Amino acid sequence: MAAASLRSVNPTLPRTLPSPTRSPPFQSPFLRFAPTSTSFNLKPLVTPPAPSSSPFVTRSAAASPQERKTFHGLCYVVGDNIDTDQIIPAEFLTLVPSNPEEYQKLGSHALVGLPASYKDRFVEPGETKTKYSIIIGGENFGCGSSREHAPVCLGAAGAKAVVAQSYARIFFRNSVATGEIYPLDSEVRVCDECSTGDVATVELREGDSVLINHTTGKEYKLKAIGDAGPVIDAGGIFAYARKAGMIPSAAA
Amino acid sequence: MASSVISSSPFLCKSAQQKDLGFPKPSQISVHRCQKRAISRKIVSVMAPQRSSSATGSVKTGMTMTEKILAKAAEKSQVVPGDNIWVNVDVLMTHDVCGPGAFGIFKREFGEKAKVWDPEKIVVIPDHYIFTADKRANRNVDIMREHCREQNIKYFYDITDLGDFRANPDYKGVCHVALAQEGHCRPGEVLLGTDSHTCTAGAFGQFATGIGNTDAGFVLGTGKILLKVVPPTMRFILDGEMPSYLQAKDLILQIIGEISVAGATYKTMEFSGTTIESLTMEERMTLCNMVVEAGGKNGVIPPDATTFNYVENRTSVPFEPVYSDGNASFIADYRFDVSKLEPVVAKPHSPDNRALARECKDVKIDRVYIGSCTGGKTEDFMAAAKLFHAAGKQVKVPTFLVPATQKVWMDVYALPVPGAGGKTCAQIFKEAGCDTPTSPSCGACLGGPADTYARLNEPQVCVSTTNRNFPGRMGHKEGQIYLASPYTAAASALTGHVTDPREFLQ
Repeated sequence: MAAASLRSVNPTLPRTLPSPTRSPPFQSPFLRFAPTSTSFNLKPLVTPPAPSSSPFVTRSAAASPQERKTFHGLCYVVGDNIDTDQIIPAEFLTLVPSNPEEYQKLGSHALVGLPASYKDRFVEPGETKTKYSIIIGGENFGCGSSREHAPVCLGAAGAKAVVAQSYARIFFRNSVATGEIYPLDSEVRVCDECSTGDVATVELREGDSVLINHTTGKEYKLKAIGDAGPVIDAGGIFAYARKAGMIPSAAA
Repeated sequence: MASSVISSSPFLCKSAQQKDLGFPKPSQISVHRCQKRAISRKIVSVMAPQRSSSATGSVKTGMTMTEKILAKAAEKSQVVPGDNIWVNVDVLMTHDVCGPGAFGIFKREFGEKAKVWDPEKIVVIPDHYIFTADKRANRNVDIMREHCREQNIKYFYDITDLGDFRANPDYKGVCHVALAQEGHCRPGEVLLGTDSHTCTAGAFGQFATGIGNTDAGFVLGTGKILLKVVPPTMRFILDGEMPSYLQAKDLILQIIGEISVAGATYKTMEFSGTTIESLTMEERMTLCNMVVEAGGKNGVIPPDATTFNYVENRTSVPFEPVYSDGNASFIADYRFDVSKLEPVVAKPHSPDNRALARECKDVKIDRVYIGSCTGGKTEDFMAAAKLFHAAGKQVKVPTFLVPATQKVWMDVYALPVPGAGGKTCAQIFKEAGCDTPTSPSCGACLGGPADTYARLNEPQVCVSTTNRNFPGRMGHKEGQIYLASPYTAAASALTGHVTDPREFLQ
């Protein structure tokens, strides 16, 4: 998964992460939790990749940015203006994200601030990881505080990407800087057409990235990542700065 | 691109032709008087769109205040919205919640033995979770103490005795208020902080915005930040005499209600006009404080005599104010006749859910909270006290008072309230039946650990002078928060319902 490969170049994240490698034939661990298994025989609506590489194998750190990045799994759908207090309530901000143990704890509290109207919890009580890989949002996702704990807890919980109509800028910037979660822009209100539990794939390519909802059979174009592209591709702000010669290579 | 919002508000005159406004070019050091634009209106040539700064050659194009500040900080003669630039940072602020993470990243990236870029340009202000028994919260202050000691950080407003804040001579309280009070805010500079309300400092005519831990870790090591996009500027011109019952909080709630919580995303909000010029520094801080609630990258107010007076009383560091050029390009123009505005609130659960205070008079409330960087400064308490004194009544609901800093707390107890026969805020609050002003910190504005004073632990209705009212903001997910000015908060406390302050001030 691309986000996981970002981690291998982004030293801001703890080293003790579960192995991101998947070996073909593809069997998503997330599908085990699906209540109905109508989607085990995945038929992607886009051209299958070259036979030499499975689209679900982790992209290595050395891979060029032109290669495909793919995220696959269950969707978790939220509405507009999901602010950082709903993503990670302030009482959990005593957890320091650069501390590996507390990083994991942050993940267990991801999106716990959502109102009771959200019947499905993002992380089940007592668990530390989520079964949802892709968060589908509306307008102004991540508004409110500058707390980096917000994208961090989503990444720590195991989410890989957010597909939203629009983002608040500090959240977007923090997502890019940390490499914790891939923030993507949809062109339409995807949150109105997807439901929590839908199986989806996000494929990032040069020029025409897509979100494929396998449960509904619909496909959505995603906007280009824009200015954040070079920073994400480099692996976060530190890697980008090193490549640009702004700072020396990391000290031992 | 000009904004296409057409507002039906009678107080709002929306102009999309801002490029031809032709402001006279103000001198760099003289006070900028907005009245001058009525006298001389030059039509200047419209700037060519979509050009990079390198293409301008020797022709200098007009820049906004923010563009000028960033150009100078990037050591360039010119920047335009959309540019990606590396910017030198004048001050980096962090606190107890984000400081440990920022320093953790700094050490991991630059090495365990790395030194910060400049120990005199970092200001560490514990303020978020201070007066609590939460062990991790207390530990985070200890972590910051260790880092500051190791790095020889000059400005660390430490607290060790949690039982009595007054026993800590260095402790200040809420970071954004402390930054201003301690002279760290100066016109023309770049101030970054690991807190979204860092935009408060834009009141001083500087570029001030919030960043995350990773960016802060980067700044700690290099003193620079990559600004991916120079923001275009939305201009808000507020003219007219400020009514006696209106405060800066009403102005910013009015504006956010107008443009929505994403109305200024990635943009600068520049405030000017005769009303702005009449505001005190603390009122200007309240205005800029909530720029982030509209999604804004930063807010700015042109510095003037009021600014220089405040700053020069608190720091001897030289500064260079800048002003928007007459031929600068603005992405949107909003004009308000402030004399016609009325007190407003932001109803649950969004800062842009604006309503007139008087139209909410049937909303029964359970408590009132006066505090935070938005509404916990000395003048905020003075205003509340003034209303309580004018009313001569007792509050009907628990009224919590959380001074932002030690200095504010002292002012509340020492300064006489004008027109109250020598009484201090504290005396008036006591007579009105408010809770005793508590230890200064961010308090319950953002909920915090379970034992935080005035935290919303039940699904109650609270009128608050704070800045956000999303679900769960002050604690309980079903809590209902009405954002309001100190006047409105005080008036509401007296009636037990959301109340327009004119009930007691006229």
